[in-house]
Amino acid sequence: MQMDFSVIIPEIAMVSLGVLVLILGLILPKKSLPRLGWFTSFSLIGILALVVLNWNNVGTVSGGLYLIDQFSQFFKVIFLTAAILVVFGSMAYVDKHLGGQAEYYSILVFSTLGMMVMASANDFITMYLGLELMTISFIVLVCFRRNDSESLEAGMKYVLLAGISSAVLLYGLSLIYGIAGTVLVVEVGMILAVQQSLPLLLVGVVMLVAGLGFKIAAVPFHMWAPDVYQGAPTPITSFLAVGSKMASFAILIRIFVLGMFGVSLSWGILMAILAGVTIIIGNLVAIPQTNIKRLMAYSGIAQAGYILVGMVTASQAGVKAIMFYGFIYIFAVVGVFTAISYYYNLTGSDEIKDYAGLSQRSPLMAATMVVSMLTMAGIPPFAGFVGKFYLFMTVVENYLWLAIIGLIMSMVSVYYYLMVVLVMYRDRPQDSSPIVVSLPVRMTLIFTMLVSVVLGVYPGPLSEIINKAALSFFMH
Amino acid sequence: MVQFSMHNAWLVPLLPALSFIIIAFITKQWKKTSAILSVGSMAISCFIASLAAYGVFSNYTLTEEPMVYSVKWFSMAGLNIDVGVQLDPVSAMMMFMVTLVSTLIFIYSIGYMEGDQGYSVFFSYLSLFGASMLLLIISSNLLQMFVAWELVGLCSYLLIGFYSHKVTAREAAKKAFITCRVADFGLLLGLISLQLIFGTLDIVELSGKISNFEQYTSMGIMTIIAILIFIGPIGKSGQFPLHVWLPDAMEGPTPVSALIHAATMVVAGVYLIARTIFLFAEVPPVMDMVAAIGGFTALFAASIAITQRDMKRILAYSTISQIGYMMLALGLGSLTASMFHLWTHAFFKALMFLGAGSVLYALHHKGDIWKMGGLLRKMPVTGYTFMVGCLAISGVPPFSGFWSKDEILLTAFDSGHYILFTMAALTSFMTAFYMWRLFFLAFTGQAQHEVQVKESPRTMTLPLVVLAFFAAIAGLIGTPWAPIWQNWIFSVHPHHPQANTMIMLGSVVLALAGMYLAYNLYYLDRSKAERMAEKYSFFWALSYNKFYVDELYLWFTHTIVDGGARLFYLFDIYIVDGIIVNGIGSLTKSFGSRLRLVQTGSLQSYALVFFLGVLAVAVIMALTDPSMALGLMGGVE
Repeated sequence: MQMDFSVIIPEIAMVSLGVLVLILGLILPKKSLPRLGWFTSFSLIGILALVVLNWNNVGTVSGGLYLIDQFSQFFKVIFLTAAILVVFGSMAYVDKHLGGQAEYYSILVFSTLGMMVMASANDFITMYLGLELMTISFIVLVCFRRNDSESLEAGMKYVLLAGISSAVLLYGLSLIYGIAGTVLVVEVGMILAVQQSLPLLLVGVVMLVAGLGFKIAAVPFHMWAPDVYQGAPTPITSFLAVGSKMASFAILIRIFVLGMFGVSLSWGILMAILAGVTIIIGNLVAIPQTNIKRLMAYSGIAQAGYILVGMVTASQAGVKAIMFYGFIYIFAVVGVFTAISYYYNLTGSDEIKDYAGLSQRSPLMAATMVVSMLTMAGIPPFAGFVGKFYLFMTVVENYLWLAIIGLIMSMVSVYYYLMVVLVMYRDRPQDSSPIVVSLPVRMTLIFTMLVSVVLGVYPGPLSEIINKAALSFFMH
Repeated sequence: MVQFSMHNAWLVPLLPALSFIIIAFITKQWKKTSAILSVGSMAISCFIASLAAYGVFSNYTLTEEPMVYSVKWFSMAGLNIDVGVQLDPVSAMMMFMVTLVSTLIFIYSIGYMEGDQGYSVFFSYLSLFGASMLLLIISSNLLQMFVAWELVGLCSYLLIGFYSHKVTAREAAKKAFITCRVADFGLLLGLISLQLIFGTLDIVELSGKISNFEQYTSMGIMTIIAILIFIGPIGKSGQFPLHVWLPDAMEGPTPVSALIHAATMVVAGVYLIARTIFLFAEVPPVMDMVAAIGGFTALFAASIAITQRDMKRILAYSTISQIGYMMLALGLGSLTASMFHLWTHAFFKALMFLGAGSVLYALHHKGDIWKMGGLLRKMPVTGYTFMVGCLAISGVPPFSGFWSKDEILLTAFDSGHYILFTMAALTSFMTAFYMWRLFFLAFTGQAQHEVQVKESPRTMTLPLVVLAFFAAIAGLIGTPWAPIWQNWIFSVHPHHPQANTMIMLGSVVLALAGMYLAYNLYYLDRSKAERMAEKYSFFWALSYNKFYVDELYLWFTHTIVDGGARLFYLFDIYIVDGIIVNGIGSLTKSFGSRLRLVQTGSLQSYALVFFLGVLAVAVIMALTDPSMALGLMGGVE
């Protein structure tokens, strides 16, 4: 069988990059280790360019186990963009607090590779491989502040709970395999379409939902998120919130919308309930938080709920809405977390009350946080509004109550985001010396803010790209 | 030139938007340049808008057949949204009014904000507001309008909280934003339902489809949609019961109060209903509701205004009351009367707010009218222009307010809703009373303050004079003898109520009676007023404390909302992962013990929750899918 390796050049490049960074770390003198951040980010930009240039170069590898279509290309763009922004945003943080640049960047590259594999995986085994590559890389990254007990504790929790969730997921996958007799998602879809509902299938679905629900931090599988988000190094928190979540959504879409379309009626309502509960709990519990990272964790839980809304109908519109919102979401999250980690660098605090007067000390950081938070709250004209509009439009017809919950809770979310904004803009700073923002961080902040504004005002081109990408997904 | 302006009306919001960007990113350091940019861009917009308005009126474009220029905004899976410009008499009039009033208020701000630290920032916000408001006006699509609607809300938030060192200003800004969000949620839900049922949010397409809505949906659904949409205006336009944010919004700089909270943004709600009047017209019960809420708000706010002491707050309640009039007229189906009052109100209310600003400027921002007095002699321009404003709002002919209010009273009378008519008439009396109470207390009698008062600078008095001119004559284009306005702005058919001499005379008598009462109590003998307040202390307290609506809301948020959130929080933290969160702080420095604590304490409970979650999901699955549930209970075949 002829294999077309040209389609997986980005993946090959990722592996090479990960290894190369590790080797460079051994060769380079200690002084020049901080440059590895620049090296990694520019290499990632190059790989991103490769993906974009190969946009239409689609095909399969290994007899259909690995699938490159525009859907997976789009998700790869999301992961690579997030990785690039995270690397840019973490340089100052890594140099000051972590050290071990080579390992850090290398593992970050490998976790991104894991996500890319997840996006392209067309069978359960490959999916699971990608998922584990990503998860194990994240475990290392979460406890990268190895002298800090909070970080280690977070890592410990993550490793054990992720283990449980993986086990459950694997069990679910094996049950589905037991019914369908194949691990290829497309074939599973064809078999289940003509299959009677089986209790076994029910158990399998439940296990899958629980395993992936853990990864996207949907209630009631969300308990780990606030602790891990708080304990992990902040740039990793943002990567966890964006990359891990969106990659899990990629396989969630692949398995459920493609593989279990035939039984979508039975899991649709389940997704709807989970989405509703996640939105409610995430938003309400965010209100009393005093630590910005915990606030963002709960806000992230709520966001996962919004994105889940797109799953409910198992429709093309839903998939598009998820892709659209996911794309917007990375910029909002990375924008906020970049500011948070840079501020932590200077003050050593993540408490919201210590953000007093940030607008006077660094207007750019404050503005980025405001724009990103308003995007997440779905206030026009920022991009989040259009995204939420898509998401809720998909369920208005059959699940009106879910749309109403979503809208009410979006309103609630304005409240706690505004609290942070008020602290930044209204309160007086204890130390009013201006903050000098380093170049890579400044670039990240300005870029994320611009995207949130531009995509809100002019979402046309992105929506057309997604139209095509989603079409390719349904072609199989 | 006229043709050019009509085809390129999108320039009108674009120019202020550009000036916002330039000020925010380039000229922030240079205060004068920023101010000139801001004023200049708005003046050019005003020029274009007036030409476009001239074009629309001279062509006799109908409201039902507007000129639309649109482009695609985004499209996905059966969801196509176009954005564009819709020019018809209503939008042309609004565009002209808003640009004119904005230009004057921008000029006024040059003097008023002199020496403020955030001078450039203020002008950048003003420009952003102008751009958003104009975008709202020209929108050809309801979603586009909603985006602008939120943008003006955002600007309003920024500008109310502009004096950020004041706690009250911050709180007021937050209150305004959140109250309006509550209302916008209803509006958005209404819009989504429209999109879902009719497949479009384009105003022209919608009006075509809604005229035979039976093909798409039932009367009941239409009623719900209309109510949902109406909730938005209730918030934005400060109608009862969501009016509470508007008086607090007076914490912002006075030009902001004049521009946003009197002349333009708060009437956006009225404008939205005017824009979608074809929808409301299909559901008479909702129309009645609009009228009733409008009429009640008018009376309610007026009855609060009569006892307030703060100059700007009185004007704020007056604004709420006057917008109530506009809603009343709309609810009775008269686009003409409603828009006419919107038009005249913009001028006289902006005038009075700017006058109040001028007074506050001279008195170093002490707003209690009982501590003013005798200002007319010291500040003649401010005083006499304010008097014009009072004459206009009280409805004394031939000033503008008389004609538009008469039109509304006439509409109410002709419609046969005599209760609403009585409420409107009573409001008219109260309006005259509280406005002249304000005037006599502030501008006549002995000075009750120790400040050396002098007239405000030219940049501030010039806009006052221009606005006074408009406040005096703006109504003359709509008299019963020369119904130019009525032939321009109408829905379906021109609206020509027969001139009713009785009502005309009656409204003049009411206005004069109110004025006379105020004259009696606050000019001749002020002790009489205090005696009255004591005699009717119950009603006085009720009115002075704004019928305790704010307190009610406060109680509600404190006990229900915050309580609910706390409950969830406690559940999440103390019941489920309580041990660890409390533990973190008190953990010892030793690693081993820490890890042990982690493993013994929360992790088990987290895992427990995880598996309980799995169980819950399984139960949900089983419950929602009967065939599976049966299979499960009967065992595997």
